[in-house]
Amino acid sequence: MEKWRLTYRLLKHSSNFDRRLTSGHRYLFGRTFIPFKENFRTLECPSRSYVNGASVSFARVNGNSYAVQHRYLASVASTTQRNPDFSKITSDDISYFKKILGERGVVQDEEKLADANTDWMRKHKGSSKLMLQPRITEEVSQILKYCNSRCLAVVPQGGNTGLVGGSVPVFDEVIINVGSMNNILSFDKVSGILVCEAGCILENLISFLDNQGFIMPLDLGAKGSCQIGGNVSTNAGGLRLIRYGSLHGSVLGLEAVLANGTVLDMLGTLRKDNTGYDLKHLFIGSEGSLGIVTKVSILTPPMLSSVNLAFLACEDYASCQKLLLEAKRKLGEILSAFEFLDVNALNVVLKHLDGLRDPLPSSVHNFYVLIETTGSMESHDKEKLEAFLLQSMNSGIITDGVLAQDINQTSSFWRIREGIPEALMKAGAVYKYDLSVPPEKMYELVEEMRARLGSAANVVAYGHLGDGNLHLNISAPQYTDGLLSKIEPFVYEWTSKHRGSISAEHGLGLMKADKIHYSKSPETVLLMAAIKKLLDPNRILNPYKVLPPSILSQS
Amino acid sequence: MKIMVAIKRVIDYAVKIRVKPDKSGVETSNVKMSMNPFCEIALEEALRIKESGRASEVVAVSVGPAQCVDTLRTGLAMGADRAIHVDYPGSLYPLSIAKILKALVEAEKPGLLLLGKQAIDDDCNQTGQMVAGLLKWPQGTFASKVVLDEEKQVATVDREVDGGLETLCLDLPAVITTDLRLNQPRYATLPNIMKAKSKVIKKGHPTGFER
Repeated sequence: MEKWRLTYRLLKHSSNFDRRLTSGHRYLFGRTFIPFKENFRTLECPSRSYVNGASVSFARVNGNSYAVQHRYLASVASTTQRNPDFSKITSDDISYFKKILGERGVVQDEEKLADANTDWMRKHKGSSKLMLQPRITEEVSQILKYCNSRCLAVVPQGGNTGLVGGSVPVFDEVIINVGSMNNILSFDKVSGILVCEAGCILENLISFLDNQGFIMPLDLGAKGSCQIGGNVSTNAGGLRLIRYGSLHGSVLGLEAVLANGTVLDMLGTLRKDNTGYDLKHLFIGSEGSLGIVTKVSILTPPMLSSVNLAFLACEDYASCQKLLLEAKRKLGEILSAFEFLDVNALNVVLKHLDGLRDPLPSSVHNFYVLIETTGSMESHDKEKLEAFLLQSMNSGIITDGVLAQDINQTSSFWRIREGIPEALMKAGAVYKYDLSVPPEKMYELVEEMRARLGSAANVVAYGHLGDGNLHLNISAPQYTDGLLSKIEPFVYEWTSKHRGSISAEHGLGLMKADKIHYSKSPETVLLMAAIKKLLDPNRILNPYKVLPPSILSQS
Repeated sequence: MKIMVAIKRVIDYAVKIRVKPDKSGVETSNVKMSMNPFCEIALEEALRIKESGRASEVVAVSVGPAQCVDTLRTGLAMGADRAIHVDYPGSLYPLSIAKILKALVEAEKPGLLLLGKQAIDDDCNQTGQMVAGLLKWPQGTFASKVVLDEEKQVATVDREVDGGLETLCLDLPAVITTDLRLNQPRYATLPNIMKAKSKVIKKGHPTGFER
């Protein structure tokens, strides 16, 4: 092991080392540095569990060559190599695609590909040489049929805002970006049922519905870039899940294209339809591994006029839980969001984002809770909320708080909560975990993690307390192997021990592709593999992700 | 010294304004209303002057329909000591407001009258100037900085004008209208919201004021 490490380090610094020489070696993660970024950091070269050799590549960005350091975030026992069954792209393939999509739909430009190959967290970078941008379902069907026949691996891509590396290629898979399919097909004002194509950006849908007097049942910080197809494929949760439920409930139908090009029209707009097995649920949350979602039919709730937002401070985590219980009971039907963040999260946001100020500057508190109510009668809601807050203050559950007086203040408070991921990215390296744990145990994990890591990293916790969903983020100046080994697999084992989920809403993607056993029994995983084999026998859809590669290769 | 702050209830600045189908005006029913942002800044300045010890009391006043009470409650929650609501359901224009304010000033006798420079619904930018004219008080409009000198009973006001910044020295009592860069208004904290419930909102009547 030591000898290999030494060799690796020598190779890393060798300028002659060419990635093309290291065929068959695992290339999981990488990071390129753009010169104008303030924090020009080089990464530690990790070497813990990799035994087959190393690969180092030099990426060319704008003509300059930057060393791409590899950082292995997952302690994968088995190595992932590029599946040799997949073909490589030839010029015939490209001309075929050009024939179907026209010149505009076939992207080979290096800069655009660099963006499409890199995920939002800048942790995962693929090396795809081709991106396709179909504009209608028929084109998607033809592309997939062809890729299936040629055994070309593909990655469906939407807004590319996923946080587990599920939306970018691992090797040279063809990127199928549905962003050009962004039409709103129909909207029924009476029932509130919206039918649109998968490439519609969430924020655009929200604005469209705004004019109609409706809202989307989901809302997340990434709304400016994320697309509804991706939201559905990843079963995105978001801030309003506590009120409107998950997408499994709000999505009434969808149209998906299978790996062999078959178009499955399940685009029902019916609230109730008990005819046969409800297959759309397979696709919701499948992260593009069972089919590409091309159209979505979603039930949208009416927009209610009175929205109130309170930013509250609690002394300890137990009070936050009591507050949740009280809120559900006292605010009842008007409660529409319940988020929490700890003082580390607030400090990160105030430090790295502009234009925000601490709503409660007079003293330092340990926990902050955002409670939003949405109702149809301003006076009734305000009265209810104020009575609830007064009672909570008197009983000591909350120590301080502010109530937003106008929409401007409301958006600043939301910006504090929604801006945490962005602020963490600016703060440096971040290890992101999204866990569903029993609410009473949630903060125990955070405290244990703090004890484990000490001063090596800043452990930041925030999340959808109302849904029992913790976003545990460990912020450090840079990615190091030592830090990673202290975090994983401890965090997964802890979650598993408490029968939680290792991925509450982010999905498995590439980051947790072999971690499913922490939260699902072996029998269920085997059945999942069987379904995958049935719908995608050549395994061309989003390979290396979601399910453990070892299980898939067995079946 | 008492400070009086005039505040206006307007359609919230972040709301998308819609014209009524009959084109008679702007849709105001079922639309979020809040305190005019410039009035918020005026109130914040009054509170800061009080906190620095140069004033004893801050009185918030508002003219308008019954729902103005909500806006006044926000003002009380920010820290005003008491409020006066002049109930008038119809639409009022700057001159009428100025006359009402003049009567209120003569009744309450504040040392300083603060207003926002303009309301975001009509953008008139007239009320402060008119009331100063009616009272024959000096005025410092578009204030971006206010410094009070109690002994000399003088207010030094930096005004934002087209050409840059102008500094004026006004003898108190005076009228000052506030501009955006004067301060950043505070949030209404829960303890203050609760305290505000017990603060008094006096009712005033527009009759008896010259129209």
